[in-house]
Amino acid sequence: MAKIWVYGDPAQDSTGFKTALEILTKARSLGGDVEAVVFGPGATEAAKAFGEHGATKVFAGDDAAFADTIGTVAATALHQLVQEHQPNIILFPMSYDARDVASRLSAKTGSTLMSNATDVTGADGAKTAIFGGAQIVDVKFEGPDPKLVLIRPKSFDAEPSGGSAEVVNVSVPAAEGAKVVERHEQAASGPKLEDASVIVSGGRGLQDPSNFKLLEDLAALIPGAAVGATRAVVDAGWVPYAMQIGQTGKTVKPKVYIAVGISGATQHIVGMKSSDRIIAINKDAEAPIFQLADLGIVGDALKVVPKLTEEVKARKG
Amino acid sequence: MNVLVLVKQIPDPNNPYQLANNRLKRDGGQNVLDPGDEFGVEAALQLTEANGGEVTVISMGPESAMEAIRRALSMGAHKGVLISDDSLQGADALVTARVLAAAIKKTGFDLVIAGVESTDGSTGTVPGTIAELLGVPLASFAKHLEIKDTTLHIQRQTEKGFDDVESPLPAVLTVTAGVNEPRYPTFKGIMQAKSKPVEQLKVGDLGLSAEEATSTQTVNEVTPAPARGAGEKFEDDGTGAAKVADFLKEAKVI
Repeated sequence: MAKIWVYGDPAQDSTGFKTALEILTKARSLGGDVEAVVFGPGATEAAKAFGEHGATKVFAGDDAAFADTIGTVAATALHQLVQEHQPNIILFPMSYDARDVASRLSAKTGSTLMSNATDVTGADGAKTAIFGGAQIVDVKFEGPDPKLVLIRPKSFDAEPSGGSAEVVNVSVPAAEGAKVVERHEQAASGPKLEDASVIVSGGRGLQDPSNFKLLEDLAALIPGAAVGATRAVVDAGWVPYAMQIGQTGKTVKPKVYIAVGISGATQHIVGMKSSDRIIAINKDAEAPIFQLADLGIVGDALKVVPKLTEEVKARKG
Repeated sequence: MNVLVLVKQIPDPNNPYQLANNRLKRDGGQNVLDPGDEFGVEAALQLTEANGGEVTVISMGPESAMEAIRRALSMGAHKGVLISDDSLQGADALVTARVLAAAIKKTGFDLVIAGVESTDGSTGTVPGTIAELLGVPLASFAKHLEIKDTTLHIQRQTEKGFDDVESPLPAVLTVTAGVNEPRYPTFKGIMQAKSKPVEQLKVGDLGLSAEEATSTQTVNEVTPAPARGAGEKFEDDGTGAAKVADFLKEAKVI
């Protein structure tokens, strides 16, 4: 019987934590022993949630060194656990920190590593979506265990199974590397993108950073709405990275996603294509975003959005 | 200091991607230096301009990847290394990392710079695996960087903001788009690039076994994703905003 491991982050508000619970839910449907590995301050506390989502055993390392080094300490500890317990496959969330751990582990174990998986088919295979989700690639793994797979957030729904996990404490191995010396948090206002029920998102078609105000005015009228953005406008410095949706940003799944002045580059689409409903407003009738949209308006965003804000006000009475 | 930059030639991301034999079609269309790699080249040029030294660009890919190397050379890099071998077609992330790490060792380095992920493959794991194979630190997702004495200081992008991260050298560094403003090649740069040295290597030159250079991922099949239900599209005749508002009302979000 396959031994499946799920790697997670202890911080409850992190992608690495939430995605790990989603992966555990999927893992327990694959048949096999499902166990988890959690490194960083709060790991033992987090083990409870991992147990509730199907892990029968959690290897927990609470030391700050796991979180304060870039991949090295976690990969070294994980490698030691792998040699001792020999899992067949390790499933990681596609988060910044897990990516740096999985990539190092691949070199240590000489085992295959796949990124951006959207489904797992068993202990030796996974699926990924390419071309903005238009095609699904079914991949088979060979070579030594454990196979290593990084899985995109929100690929599965997290559902508790009501179990509890045996916790095994993991001590810190010695490892050199790059170190975090100070953390900076950028305060964001309004609901978090990942939790928003409606997202109003803007791209290059807004023409000027000041026009994001139009999206904020609209979002302020809709309960639980947040404002997002494409990589292009984040790279251009219009809005902070925390607002970025897509491959290198956040993956979101709101009830309604309103794409304003967004053409629909693959890098953006992978982060929002699972939204329940999608509305696109764009000048270019040929923009790829319209292929995804339940409702498409071919028009000037700078004219449509202010009018939409008025229309929403009117309907709210 | 010797700064190595990993670069990749990719199909122009402004054109729709196509498959050939279940792999990304890399010939026939327009190919470009991955736009994400231009930030790595620029970072390397700025570091050597400030601290002295040489910039070497390294690429693994088909013979045509020489064009991507020449592009980086025309920006100002000093020399190139191209690993091109038919046996590497369809190489997975681990094989790619082994090949590049072997070429990096052969060349010698103080710092290796890469983009955080390629625009076509987006795996984002090759730099970390290279760092482990080389036995050096990885400083990843840098949105700002500087070198003071022999320590690399970066601002590492995080979900909540950024972390100040320090790393001794030698190291592997990945840079985000936006870390700098990549320069455009000048006419003089383009002319000079033509005569800059580019070493061409095969797998056999790198001391890797056949097994180490064989991909451990195979594609069973590629199938179209279930299509979303066909939506409605309207030319805005002044009623577009009202249609959207009705849609929001119907979706019960207002």
